[in-house]
Amino acid sequence: MANITMVSPSPTISQPSNVVLFFRYLRRNKGLALGVIILVALFLFTVIGLLVVNPKHAYPLSAGLKQPPSLKYPFGTDFFGRDLLAAMVVGMWQTAFIGLLAGGIGTLVGVVLGFTSAYFGGWIDAAVRTVCQILTPIPVLLIQVVVAGSLDKRDVTIFTMALIVAMLAWMGPTLVIRAQVMTMKERQFVAVAKLSGVSDMGIIFREILPNLLPFIAAAFVGQVFSAVFASFYLAVLGLGPLREPLLGNIIWAAQSQGAFFNGWWWWPLEPAFAMILILGALALVNMGLDELANPRVRRSE
Amino acid sequence: MSFKIVVKRLLFFVLVVWAASTIVFFIPRLSSRNAIRERFGELARTGGFSPGDIEKMIASMQQQFGLDKPIFEQYWQYLGNIMRLDFGYSLSKYPTTATEVIAQALPWTIGLLLVTTVLSFVMGTLLGAVAAWPKAPGWLRSLATPFILLTGVPPVIMGILLLFFIGFRLKWLPLGGAYSAGIVPTWSWSFFLDLMQHQILPALALILGSVGGWVLSMRGMGITIQGEDYVNFAEHKGLTGGRIFRDYYLRNALLPQVTGLALALGTVITSAVIVEGIFGLPGIGTALNLAIRANDFPVIYGIVIFITIAIAALMTILEFVYPLLDPRIREN
Repeated sequence: MANITMVSPSPTISQPSNVVLFFRYLRRNKGLALGVIILVALFLFTVIGLLVVNPKHAYPLSAGLKQPPSLKYPFGTDFFGRDLLAAMVVGMWQTAFIGLLAGGIGTLVGVVLGFTSAYFGGWIDAAVRTVCQILTPIPVLLIQVVVAGSLDKRDVTIFTMALIVAMLAWMGPTLVIRAQVMTMKERQFVAVAKLSGVSDMGIIFREILPNLLPFIAAAFVGQVFSAVFASFYLAVLGLGPLREPLLGNIIWAAQSQGAFFNGWWWWPLEPAFAMILILGALALVNMGLDELANPRVRRSE
Repeated sequence: MSFKIVVKRLLFFVLVVWAASTIVFFIPRLSSRNAIRERFGELARTGGFSPGDIEKMIASMQQQFGLDKPIFEQYWQYLGNIMRLDFGYSLSKYPTTATEVIAQALPWTIGLLLVTTVLSFVMGTLLGAVAAWPKAPGWLRSLATPFILLTGVPPVIMGILLLFFIGFRLKWLPLGGAYSAGIVPTWSWSFFLDLMQHQILPALALILGSVGGWVLSMRGMGITIQGEDYVNFAEHKGLTGGRIFRDYYLRNALLPQVTGLALALGTVITSAVIVEGIFGLPGIGTALNLAIRANDFPVIYGIVIFITIAIAALMTILEFVYPLLDPRIREN
């Protein structure tokens, strides 16, 4: 009898690390990749800028007035003597701060409200849903105009800006998370957990929450987008912290001084391009995450 | 549509307006800012009144605005005023009321909004339908792509870019204002042309950014509809492409698109208001800008509540239009 030697099937199936998997996914999801690349570039611009540029130059009377872009001032200076390169660096950092803080608060409130409302149901759910429905048609920007306008000008800072923007921005994530929890809590694994005596909090935190993380991430990016957008609009209306070089403030100041009429084209143009990059990148990441969270949305092509 | 639904929708409208008015009433009262005092502070700086007079004037103004009464009485009176669209006197142009300021600015805003919204909705829906239509010629289908790319650009920034490239660099169109300085508004052809020239850039700023949204939603719907059995059936019956496109395809996508329009109204109107401010058109946006600069609170609050009422009313009207568009709703 021939000796049959059992060749054991090689047991080591190399499992690529998560980082590699992430990069492979980015190769398929081109929009997400482009958005991430732009965001990283903007991040590097801000961080390197904060290290290289003197942030004081972002404030009035720190440089010559109305200088067009040159070697000394690569982005030019404005009517009030701000070095626009420094202003862009600081403004970008402030925009990121407002976006992340307001987006974080909005998402957190949305997750908490969405969970309580969907999981416990009953009158809580009815109340949350009605309030969201009534507040949704009210144009948020206008309410923010009232709030920002009612504040003392000295009280308007980057921080209060973020709070104003966050105050009325939780309805969207609340409704999204609520809808997801509603479908999730009917799934079998939740029923099994309930039957085996896991507490409500245990089910919420250990069974449902981990499954919702992609949705929460997508909601967060969406919130950051709308927070950046809203704070930009408020600043363009002249309701921002006027001293700070927020991108919207720069545009507001440029428009009030008639920058185009006077030929200072670089002044409003630079914050405009920066804003396009920020919002475009966030929109791309948001769409990409939607696809990740919701495989059914995968492109039809 | 039953009577019950009509009542429900109207009730919802009232609730939205009430919620907005209540927020606008209470938020300023939570802050320490006193609009009348600030206004008179400004006057005192420029006018040179004696401090005693100022205090008396402030007290009499407080009384006139009813600010000395208990807060709930003020609230009731305020709600009553809002029902009559009375937002009080403008602080910076005193004898004018906030309602008059709004009424003067309104025609400009309505004109701009109506033209841009209708144009971008129709263009976007058609382009989106064509983009998803497999038999459309290639160049027509690719027409949608640039618009989709532009969706990320907020209208204000689009406005600034247009001002730079078309107004500043090429000098084809004016840089702002409603009509050229030095021209007297008359009912003449040349004035009308001048007026239109000033409207092109703001209108383009609003249209270019919003067409893409309609393209995306319509294309998505178009792709789903194509897989439906009734479209296949229509094809096998031998109906012409144009007929299927119009009656089987556009017709079924109309309701979701109009729902999308109702949901987008808030964004559409606020962007129009801000774009007007950037271009200095004498509409609601510029009125709001001026009021913010002059700390003219009755006008700011009046504009905010007025726009909310307008949006809520338009949404309610669109809800009543659904049954006309979709027979299935009519029967239920």
